[in-house]
Amino acid sequence: MKLIENVSRHVSRRGFLHGALASGVFVLSARFIPEPLWAAEGEAAAPAFEPSLWMSIASDGTVTIVAHRSEMGCGSRTALPLVVADELDADWSKVKIKQAIGDPKYGEQDTDGSHSVRSSFDLMRQVGATGRVMLISAAAAQWGVSPKDCTTEPHFVVHRASGSKLGYGEVAVAAAKLPVPKKEDVPLKSRSEWRYIGKESNSLFDLLEIVTGKAIFGMDATMPGMVYASVEHPPVLGQKIKSYDEKAALKVPGVQKTLTIETFKPPHQFQPLGGVAVIADNTWAAFKGRKSLKIEWDNSPHSVYNSGPFRKTLEATSRQPGKVVRNVGDVDAEFAKGGKIGFKIIEAEYYTPHLAHVSMEPPVAVAEYRDGKVLAWAPTQNPQAVQETIAGVLGIKKEDVTCHVTLLGGAFGRKSIPDQVAEAAVLSKKLGKPVKVVWSREDDIHFDFFHSVAAMYMKAAIGPDGKPTAWLQRTVYPPINSTFDASATYADDEMGLGWNNLPFDIANHRAENGPADYHVRIGWLRSVANIYHAFAIHSFADELAKSANKESVQYLLELIGPPRIVSLDLKGDEAEDAKNYPLDTARLRRVVEIAAEKSGWGKRPMGKGRGMGIAAHRSFLTYVATVVEVEVDSKGQVHIPNVWTAVDAGTVVSPDNIRNQFEGAAVFGASLALFGEITATNGIIDQSNFHNYQIARMNRAPRHIDVHIVESKAPPAGVGEPGVPPFAPALYNAVFAATGKRVRELPLSKVKLA
Amino acid sequence: MIRFKVNGKEKTFDGDTDMPLLWYLRDVAELTGTKFGCGMALCGACTVHQNGAAIRSCRTPMKDVSGAEITTIEGIAPMHPVQKAWMEIRVPQCGYCQTGQIMQAIALLKDNKNPSDQEIDTAMSGNLCRCGTYQRIRAAIHQAAKETA
Repeated sequence: MKLIENVSRHVSRRGFLHGALASGVFVLSARFIPEPLWAAEGEAAAPAFEPSLWMSIASDGTVTIVAHRSEMGCGSRTALPLVVADELDADWSKVKIKQAIGDPKYGEQDTDGSHSVRSSFDLMRQVGATGRVMLISAAAAQWGVSPKDCTTEPHFVVHRASGSKLGYGEVAVAAAKLPVPKKEDVPLKSRSEWRYIGKESNSLFDLLEIVTGKAIFGMDATMPGMVYASVEHPPVLGQKIKSYDEKAALKVPGVQKTLTIETFKPPHQFQPLGGVAVIADNTWAAFKGRKSLKIEWDNSPHSVYNSGPFRKTLEATSRQPGKVVRNVGDVDAEFAKGGKIGFKIIEAEYYTPHLAHVSMEPPVAVAEYRDGKVLAWAPTQNPQAVQETIAGVLGIKKEDVTCHVTLLGGAFGRKSIPDQVAEAAVLSKKLGKPVKVVWSREDDIHFDFFHSVAAMYMKAAIGPDGKPTAWLQRTVYPPINSTFDASATYADDEMGLGWNNLPFDIANHRAENGPADYHVRIGWLRSVANIYHAFAIHSFADELAKSANKESVQYLLELIGPPRIVSLDLKGDEAEDAKNYPLDTARLRRVVEIAAEKSGWGKRPMGKGRGMGIAAHRSFLTYVATVVEVEVDSKGQVHIPNVWTAVDAGTVVSPDNIRNQFEGAAVFGASLALFGEITATNGIIDQSNFHNYQIARMNRAPRHIDVHIVESKAPPAGVGEPGVPPFAPALYNAVFAATGKRVRELPLSKVKLA
Repeated sequence: MIRFKVNGKEKTFDGDTDMPLLWYLRDVAELTGTKFGCGMALCGACTVHQNGAAIRSCRTPMKDVSGAEITTIEGIAPMHPVQKAWMEIRVPQCGYCQTGQIMQAIALLKDNKNPSDQEIDTAMSGNLCRCGTYQRIRAAIHQAAKETA
């Protein structure tokens, strides 16, 4: 496969056993937890094939760096090798990237949670810097000088006194024979010495392949002798086949046969949904054959799912006390003062529907089962999940599943879940040949792992100065945990996504979560629960500002309060993150001030039907403030001429890519705020393609998006997701400013503004 | 038997004439730069040129390409000014829709050497990008227009 072996798009077993690194003469490996393993790994480092390697240098100077994270458009596959290359002092034009297979040797590989750079930055620096020290040592030995008298320039070791130079390729063989130095003997560059980290010149490694159509996505992967499959899934979650008639389907030219896939046993996890697969000579024949299948399905308890009544259930639950996830002071005592002069109680309810991911590349995978082992090529965010899922479904060992990762044609969280790869493996085992499973857009929308539907209840007591003295927030939705535990009704990790960490300066605060049942598969969608949490919190903040007759930016800054580290009672990973990434209101204030200043907040005249709104939300440890300007025309149609976003993501690797991510996040936010809604009737999803599940087209997307990156020396934080959460509340606050209408549900298309 | 040209080469096809051109290109001709996105001509990922005009190959059955000259992204000699602008502006994120966007933009610039923002919006609104690169697509089209002026 081109991405890995630069051979061809056809994949053979021989191909993957002889990887690109086999030709490297200098190899360096480091496991996820580097310290105790450096020495041992170093001794084992030899110019032989070893799948846990991070980089190699060939005699011709070609540096090959392993990307262990997937490329779905966020730039991880470029950013991490750039960090290695910087510390190695490599010439980027001589760098090749080798995409890692799924293997725990690389540590965790799930490209999600906006943490690829955050989690691997230090390790990638060490890998590169260690290589540089070894290359210097090898050159110094050849010259008979002290390594201390040598330095590097891109791709060369230089002897300072004489000016002698040796290319990296020339000393690679000698360097490979040296012991790997200990971490404390490996100096890292100072920030001022970085050549690539933080530079405007960085662009995506795969850019040329993308614009020439040569880039290989999952949709483009093939295996010799493969057949194509399209699967008719049970329309309601959990249904099984009662009977089916394949006769008409088999008459379609190109259709070879049909096969069944067993419906999962709950919990569904990442298992295939089940159904009937049409096997054919090409994708089209498989699609066409499927239309002629006649299938009778049994009953499922999830056929009770109807979005209208379900909303009422969620809202009713949100009005009842829930599980407390954060408590400061005593909100109830404060609410009891509501009758006093000057105090006011304000309540509001917000609702957000299910969303679908609709990455432009629908789910797809090719897999071959042979001799008890599986070889798969897939556009996956998480190749180790592919190993685990297929191993579980087929009853084989995880180690016997090899998953290669192609480029991903978008993912947004959907491709963390590899149910379609497991389908390909199951079908290949039944057929005895490689199978490519292609989902249609209709399959993608009907059978997503949906962003959850949510209801939020908010209540505040307002003092005589207009500021809240108490703030209660309650959120209710089918949790992601229902994917792993069919009895789960309360949220878990979602609480850390903008709910148990309100950064406002309010003496009495309580955050709660109420229970909800699931009836469709719930998953992660770009920024996840932050979407509905930020929508409720920042819409409500603006409602309080308006009720106090205060200007929104000033009021928001008052809510955030003075610069301080917010005290949070967190556990597990969240507590660990809080040590290195304390919630710093000075940084949050700064992005608010910058976004307001860049937008000309309060200084530009807003004509009739125009208005601006703001929201500021920290997610994935990144501080973001967004100002949206809207124009509501006489028909009530909302146009978005301008968006200004200020971002503090700590240390950044590729600034232009980060601007691209936040420009994209504004469009993603516009899509969900203007149009996004998935509904179900009797357990069946109502939407099917881009005509009834719309995403923003160029003519409805924000026209101009300005992204300002705050310079920071703080550790790197997330960039893929944090742009999304503040967008919808900022837009809705702008709609209020433009029309005086306070809308408390997504999307706007459901509401008449004119 | 259907005869037509793909990227200047003579081709014949004697399979199911209902098959959309998209699947012929991808599964039969192995020209995978043309992408599948929706199958309903709603997203533009499958955009190619038929006799120089942009079409959605997912809704163009093989029976309709008889005698036609089809050009795919593989038939655009790099670096076309549009591709060059796409690289300079660093338009792509995931990149999946971008070949369709580029084919649509090339067709636009053929008919309109210097399109306005409004004209770009009209011509390009049939091409979806879930990553949201529209602002850069617009800028790249303006840049390519300047380049070719």
